[in-house]
Amino acid sequence: MAGIPHDHYEPKTGFEQWLHRRLPIVSLAYDTLMIPTPKNLNWWWIWGIVLAFCLVLQIVTGIVLAMHYTPHVDKAFASVEHIMRNVNGGHMLRYIHANGASLFFLAVYIHIFRGLFYGSYKAPREITWIVGILIFLAMMGTAFMGYVLPWGQMSFWGATVITGLFGAIPGIGEPIQTWLLGGPAVENATLNRFFSLHYLLPFVIAALVAVHIWAFHTTGNNNPTGVEVRRGSKAEAEKDTLPFWPYFVIKDLFALGVVLLVFFAIVGFMPNYLGHPDNYIPANPLATPAHIVPEWYFLPFYAILRAFTGDVWLVQLVQFITFGIVDAKFFGVIAMFGSIAVMAIVPWLDTSSVRSGQYRPMFRWWFYLLIIDFVVLMWVGAQPAEGIYTWISLIASAYWFAYFLVILPLLGVIEKPTAQPATIEDDFNAHYGAKAHVAE
Amino acid sequence: MLRKIAITAASVLALSGAALAAGGGEQHIEDVAFSFEGPFGKYDEHQLQRGLQVYTEVCAGCHGMKLVPIRSLSDEGGPHLPEDQVRAYATQFTAIDKDTGEEREATPNDFFPKSALENAPDLSLMAKARAGFHGPYGTGINQFLRGIGGPEYIVSILTGYTGHEVEQAGTTFYENSAFPGGLIAMSPPLADGQVEYADGHDNSAHHMAEDVAAFLMWAAEPKMMARKQAGFVAVLFIGLLTVLLYLTNKRLWAPHKGKKKVQA
Repeated sequence: MAGIPHDHYEPKTGFEQWLHRRLPIVSLAYDTLMIPTPKNLNWWWIWGIVLAFCLVLQIVTGIVLAMHYTPHVDKAFASVEHIMRNVNGGHMLRYIHANGASLFFLAVYIHIFRGLFYGSYKAPREITWIVGILIFLAMMGTAFMGYVLPWGQMSFWGATVITGLFGAIPGIGEPIQTWLLGGPAVENATLNRFFSLHYLLPFVIAALVAVHIWAFHTTGNNNPTGVEVRRGSKAEAEKDTLPFWPYFVIKDLFALGVVLLVFFAIVGFMPNYLGHPDNYIPANPLATPAHIVPEWYFLPFYAILRAFTGDVWLVQLVQFITFGIVDAKFFGVIAMFGSIAVMAIVPWLDTSSVRSGQYRPMFRWWFYLLIIDFVVLMWVGAQPAEGIYTWISLIASAYWFAYFLVILPLLGVIEKPTAQPATIEDDFNAHYGAKAHVAE
Repeated sequence: MLRKIAITAASVLALSGAALAAGGGEQHIEDVAFSFEGPFGKYDEHQLQRGLQVYTEVCAGCHGMKLVPIRSLSDEGGPHLPEDQVRAYATQFTAIDKDTGEEREATPNDFFPKSALENAPDLSLMAKARAGFHGPYGTGINQFLRGIGGPEYIVSILTGYTGHEVEQAGTTFYENSAFPGGLIAMSPPLADGQVEYADGHDNSAHHMAEDVAAFLMWAAEPKMMARKQAGFVAVLFIGLLTVLLYLTNKRLWAPHKGKKKVQA
């Protein structure tokens, strides 16, 4: 599977050889687990395991919750309370599942920004990157529909607002919205299909995760230096790498333990901290909440959606030259999806030949600013769209696009990168002192 | 027409639970130190029993609690009433029998009745459906440090009446320092000494408000004790596992990092 030379599985016993000729499944597992991994991976590389754990956690808890949940507008809210009060351990299952979504997104954001800093998206890992973005999109769809299921006020009104986005598409928008909802408004048909799709999408994610892993096992992992593993011979590759098992499995499990420590403290002691109190009020189509706020992990993109109002000159210009087809509402929708689309095509927007941000003196400051920008967007997404907040969200949204569309292409041309280490081995030894040479 | 609009506007403002999310800046929420706060906090059984008494004698006149099964009053980690008392308690309510479709005396297996007054919100989840604390500046720090403030919100509403009344479109509203918008349709429900506690506890309006708020917190989150225990055990065992993994990892990597070469 992997391009890095390493030992492969050899079937020894008669049974193993019999099986191997028919289904090389042990070989697949062996090669996947023993893949040579750059030995200088730092702690930012642990979030992949956290994400894999989250997917399994969400599927397992979700399947059990589905056994007790009723997807009907008159019964959904009460069935969630039934889980909370009458099902054995139901309150823990539900709180783990709800907070598990938050952990999932926290992990995916760190994972994405790690990729952005260390240039993990660059050739030859573009497919890994794009599949990753597809996973992220599927996660957003899954989380959004999952949040609708308890049928609280935020469930209902969140669903109304977000499906309304599709209605903003000129001409075909309203038929699409009706098709998505299964009727003219958010109703029982909507709840039923969201439940069905909320159950389906995680398995789509699981398949995409397999492709994601397949892709980066073909190219090999990136690493903090961005310098490739030497592949001339097995001996050479072994100087740069260590097998995934046991070295990185144990390291990642330790990190997962630390993460879960915090996670279970939140589930046990403050499980509603990240939720919205309004979702403990049953959905009421006649009473609109004063502020409709999505879950925290959607806030940055929600802020971008709301940032481009009708009084922004760019929006007015676009509206003018498209004869009003692209109005402010549709512009916001395009901006929101565009903010993820620019991430997807970043392998071709970044013109620098250097992968890792460690050796890019100008890039790193723009990158840190992007992190701050993301946090600002998240914060402003929860504020009312008025006064100073509209300006902040407009500036922050503009920077998001500028980073991908202007700054990254330009930096590659004007920036002078600093010296990279010749090999991963050099980088590793520089970290752990000269004694490492003696160890060889 | 105007009258109709005014009534609609007023009832949306005062009665709709959703309007509460507005969170006016001038809301005054008292920070009460409840026994169940923090990772090790526990419900005070006696306080929950007193709260139940206030709920039954005062709140239940208008409000319901239709998601709470009566039998859970005998649960450990809750009011923990003896089962015969719960059976006797249930008889004051009626329920529609599932099999016969007829009205009969309620049993512990039934739920509390729903609200008697149509506009009075159900109280099953009230302590989780309101946030007493906000900010500062949308950061969520206050909620992190002090909790979301649902029961505090209830105490503040019950004790926040200023005594002013406003007549709007034929309906009387009461000025309340904790209610978003400042005008609430509910008349002041508690007066000092209104409920005679069986245990002889101080029955000032403020004490009764605290007791019923604690009771409503339990009604909204009946498994809080079990949850905190599960959380504590999880943190303990994962902590232990993490220490072991740390040591394993350290030993595993040591020879490759040029440390402890001899032992390895």
